Amino acid sequence: MHPAPSVILFTCLSGAGFGLLFWLDAGLARPEGAAALAHFTLAYGLATAGLFASTFHLGNPQRALRAFSQWRTSWLSREGWASVAALAASAPVALSASFGPADQSFAGGPLGLAAALLTALTLLSTAMIYAQLKTIPRWHHWTTPLSFLTFAVTGGAILAGAGLIAALFCLALGVVMTLTFWQGDRRFAASGSNLNLATGLKGQIRPFAPAHTAQNYILTEMIHQVGRKHAQKLRLIALALASLAPAALLLALPTGPISILPAFACHLAGTLIQRWLFFAEAEHVVRHYYGPN
Amino acid sequence: MTNLPPPSAKKLGLVIDLDTCVGCQACVTACKGWNDQGYGAPLSDQNPYGAAPSGTFLNRVHSYEVTPDEGAPQIINFPRSCLHCDNAPCVTVCPTGASYKRAEDGIVLVNESACIGCGLCAWACPYGARELDPAAGVMKKCTLCIDRIYNDTLPEEDRQPACVRTCPTGARHFGDLGNPESAVSQLVAQRGGYDLMPDMGTRPTNKYLPPRPKDARATASPLAPLLDLQATGFAGWLDRLLEKF
Ligand code: SF4
Ligand code: SF4
Ligand code: SF4
Repeated sequence: MHPAPSVILFTCLSGAGFGLLFWLDAGLARPEGAAALAHFTLAYGLATAGLFASTFHLGNPQRALRAFSQWRTSWLSREGWASVAALAASAPVALSASFGPADQSFAGGPLGLAAALLTALTLLSTAMIYAQLKTIPRWHHWTTPLSFLTFAVTGGAILAGAGLIAALFCLALGVVMTLTFWQGDRRFAASGSNLNLATGLKGQIRPFAPAHTAQNYILTEMIHQVGRKHAQKLRLIALALASLAPAALLLALPTGPISILPAFACHLAGTLIQRWLFFAEAEHVVRHYYGPN
Repeated sequence: MTNLPPPSAKKLGLVIDLDTCVGCQACVTACKGWNDQGYGAPLSDQNPYGAAPSGTFLNRVHSYEVTPDEGAPQIINFPRSCLHCDNAPCVTVCPTGASYKRAEDGIVLVNESACIGCGLCAWACPYGARELDPAAGVMKKCTLCIDRIYNDTLPEEDRQPACVRTCPTGARHFGDLGNPESAVSQLVAQRGGYDLMPDMGTRPTNKYLPPRPKDARATASPLAPLLDLQATGFAGWLDRLLEKF
C-alpha cells in the first residue's frame, strides 16, 4: 500500500496525543497546576495536529464533516465521533487538573475514566479502519489493534513521565512489534488468496499482456513496492528507536524532561518508521491480477 | 447510507464470457468514452500527451497465459470491472455515505457530491474496481451505465451498458441475475458461471463464464491413414505388376 505521509503523520501524532490523554484522564499520571496544563496542551496539540494532517490526503477535504454520518457501519466515521467525544470529555478533566485544587481533579474519577475510555475507543477505531480490511491480509488480524494501542499507550506513558513504567511499556512494545512483524509476513500466504481464485481459471497462470501500459491508481495506491528491499534493516531500526533506545534512556537518566524529551524523540522516530513499513509492506489481494511482481 | 440494503430481488449485472473475449479492448474504450460525458465527473487523463500518461478507467482487460494440467497453453483475456457485489465491503467502509448500493436493482454507485476522496472504499474492494479520479478528487467506478439502461431517450437497443453494446464478439451480457429465468441467468446455469475471489465473501452479482474445454488434440498425425494406402482395382493390378520387375 502507498505510504501517504499525511496518514503516517496522522496515526503517529494522534496516537501519541490520545495515548497521553489516556494517561492523564485515567489519573495514571497526575501532574498538577501548570504542569497539568502543559501536559494537556501537548496532548490536545498532538491529537488535533494529527487529525488535521489526516485531511491532507483527501480528494475533497472541504466535505470532511460528512465523514461523521456513517458511524453505523464505518470505522472511519466512528473514529471521527470517538475523537471528538474524547477531546470534549477530556476538557473538564484538563480544566479541573490545571486550575482546580489537586484533590478536586476529575482525573481518575468517573468523568476522567469515561474520557480515558473514549480515548481508547478512538485509538481502537483508528486501528480497526485497517484491521477490518479483508483485502489486506497483513492488516486483517488482531495484532493490528494490539500494535496501534501499544504504540499509543507507550508514547503516552513516555510523555506523561511515567518513568520506570514507561520503560517497561517500551520493552513490551518491542515484543508486540516483533510479534507483528513475524506474523505479518505469514498473513498473505496464509490467506490462501491467489490468481486462480481471483480469475477462476485452472492451471498455471502467467500474465501475458498487461491491462494497461501506463501507471494507474490501483498500481500506485495498492501495489506500492518501493523500499521493500530495505524492510529488514528498517524493522531493526524501528525496533531500536521505538522500543530499546527510549527504554534505555528512561532507565539511565533521571525522570524529568532530561529523559522524557530524548526518549520521546527516539520513540516518535521509530514509530514513524514502523508506520511507514506498516503501509509499504502491506499487500493488497488485487495484486494477483498484476502477476507475481 | 452505507448500511447494505436487504438483498434485492432484482440484481442487474454483467456476465462475461472468457471463452469468447478476444481482448480487443473495445469495451475499455467504449466505457471510457461514455463515462467521459455522462454520469458524474468525467474520467480524467493526466499528462495524456506527455512522457508518462495515465488516466482513470472503470474497466480494464488483462491477458493471461493459462497452462492447464493437460494440453497446450491458452491465452485467456480477462475483463475486470465492478461486480456490483451483494455484500459490498466498499459500501460499508465509506464514512460519508457517498458509496451506496441501490435497494431496487443492486447497482453500487458513488454519490460524487458527498465523496471526500478518502480512498478507503478502493482499499476495501478486492477487485481493484474503483479508481480515484485525480482531477475531481472523487471515487469513480462502474455505474453499470445507469444513464443508458434506464434512459428512455435512447433507442431500445442502446439501453444496455456501453461495454456490452460495443463488444464485437458478444462476450459481455447484461441482465437481471436475480431472476433465474432471465437470459443471463440461463447462460450462467448452462455454462457454469462463477464468482471471482469467493474467499473474500463479497457475493458478486457479475459472473464469469469459463473457457469451453478445447477438443482433445489427436495424438497421431491426421495424415497417418495415407501412409498405409492399399491400392485396389486397376491401380492394385498395376501395383502388383510393377512389384514384379
Ligand atoms: S467489485 Fe468492488 S467496487 Fe464493485 S461492489 Fe464489489 S467490492 Fe464494491
Ligand atoms: S473515497 Fe468517497 S466513496 Fe470512497 S469511502 Fe471515501 S468518501 Fe466514500
Ligand atoms: S457497464 Fe458501463 S460503466 Fe460499467 S464497465 Fe461497462 S461501460 Fe463501463
